Amino acid sequence: MTQGGLRGAVVALLVVVALLLQVSVFDHVAWDGVVPDLVLLVVVAGALVSGGQFGMVLGFCAGVLLDVVPPADHTVGRWALALLLVGYVAGQVRPESGDQRGRPPAMTVVATVAGCSFVGTSVFALSGLLLHEDGAGTGSMLQVVGIGLVWDVLLTPLVLPWTMALLRRLQPERVRA
Amino acid sequence: MALLSPPPRGSLGKSLGTLAPRTAQPFGSEGLNRRGSLQPKDPRSPKRSTLVALILASATLATLDQTPVLDPVRSIAGDVFGPAESAVSTVARPFTDIPGWFDSRDKLRGDIADLKTQNAELRRQLRATDFGRNRLEEYDGLTRSAETLGYTLVPARVVAYGEAQSFTRTVTIDAGTDAGVTADMTVVAADGLVGRVLRATRTSATVLLIADASSVVGGRVGSSMQVGFVHGTGGLSAQDGLDLELVDQSVAPVKGDTVVTWGDGQAAPYVAGVPIGKVTGVFASVRDSSRTVRVQPYVDFGALDVVGVVVPAGTKGDRAVIGPDGKLG
Repeated sequence: MTQGGLRGAVVALLVVVALLLQVSVFDHVAWDGVVPDLVLLVVVAGALVSGGQFGMVLGFCAGVLLDVVPPADHTVGRWALALLLVGYVAGQVRPESGDQRGRPPAMTVVATVAGCSFVGTSVFALSGLLLHEDGAGTGSMLQVVGIGLVWDVLLTPLVLPWTMALLRRLQPERVRA
Repeated sequence: MALLSPPPRGSLGKSLGTLAPRTAQPFGSEGLNRRGSLQPKDPRSPKRSTLVALILASATLATLDQTPVLDPVRSIAGDVFGPAESAVSTVARPFTDIPGWFDSRDKLRGDIADLKTQNAELRRQLRATDFGRNRLEEYDGLTRSAETLGYTLVPARVVAYGEAQSFTRTVTIDAGTDAGVTADMTVVAADGLVGRVLRATRTSATVLLIADASSVVGGRVGSSMQVGFVHGTGGLSAQDGLDLELVDQSVAPVKGDTVVTWGDGQAAPYVAGVPIGKVTGVFASVRDSSRTVRVQPYVDFGALDVVGVVVPAGTKGDRAVIGPDGKLG
């Protein structure tokens, strides 16, 4: 299996595991119904390590999976759009701002996660408004976005470091220009 | 003319040309960075074409989802991920149940006691539903009779029967002066006349039944409007009945005639228009050439429960009164 193929398989496995944990386990510790978005954290990790192009495609595929797997009930494509934008935004973080080995500093990672969580949940909610799907008002939507942001930031030190290290190890060797 | 000639080409031109600044035109694998200078494009950065293509793909999926096209995809995903989710749930259950371990035994015992109390209450209510249904029918009958009679009634329940050894037929009701009940008020049931109030305390009153041997009620036969007096015989069963003594002894009432109370409206102790019973037989006494009419009372004195006391309109007491229109007020 090529290096790229191995990386793709591992990333797919990470997304599946994140989805299962998010849906089956974390709902027991949901705060006001909001669970941490582990799939979004995996997408952010992938985009931070491998760049925006990979992050976008990963976000799209993970979003389609989130839309299709039960107990999802919304229009397919909403999470796909939200997560591909998350991958794009996370990929804008420049790798040269990090240290020698290309690791961005911790505060940058946390800030990226916070921003991407906000972007992802907001795009999802706005697309719901556009499609006239959700009946929630703006106030409760903002509350959900805020709680999701807090959850994701709290789980960043637990999820991102080893995910990023794993993906960095699997990265295909490329010659930097 | 040499001054107007074009810049020199050749080796001199090349060396001169390298001194001039190069125009920054990005092409190929180079791009402009923020400061405006050329920089090789990062191959990992997102390509605009991919971004647009993926956004369009999301929109296409959203449109497709309005039709049933994507249902097989959903069902396949459900078939794959459903068992996976159940497996993860089962594995995680010992950990997610941990907060339940910290429930103290006292709390569990308290929960059990609460549930037992609720259970007992529900069982009691279940057993009483038949009784409750009967009571409801009696209340309904009372409001209907209030409507028919056109009097204001205070509802009350019969709580005690006087014993037969005292040779008076009285009952105790649970309405007293606090409810607006005073002596010499008529007591009716849904079926007909019950008696009159002898005396009332704050929360209860004693009622003399019309079946009592000393009770005399003025009565009028329905069809012929003949008046007479209804005496009780001292027995509570239906066979004992009441005796009607007509004022005009020459008239014989027809069997099945109704007898209602005779009064001038609101006069104590018996108001007018309350049904007493129906005529079941006429007995002629040879000794004093008088006729005795046997009247069977409408009210079953052995099963008295809900009764109403006729009070003047506008009485306010410790309970709602049934108005002449049948409504509680």
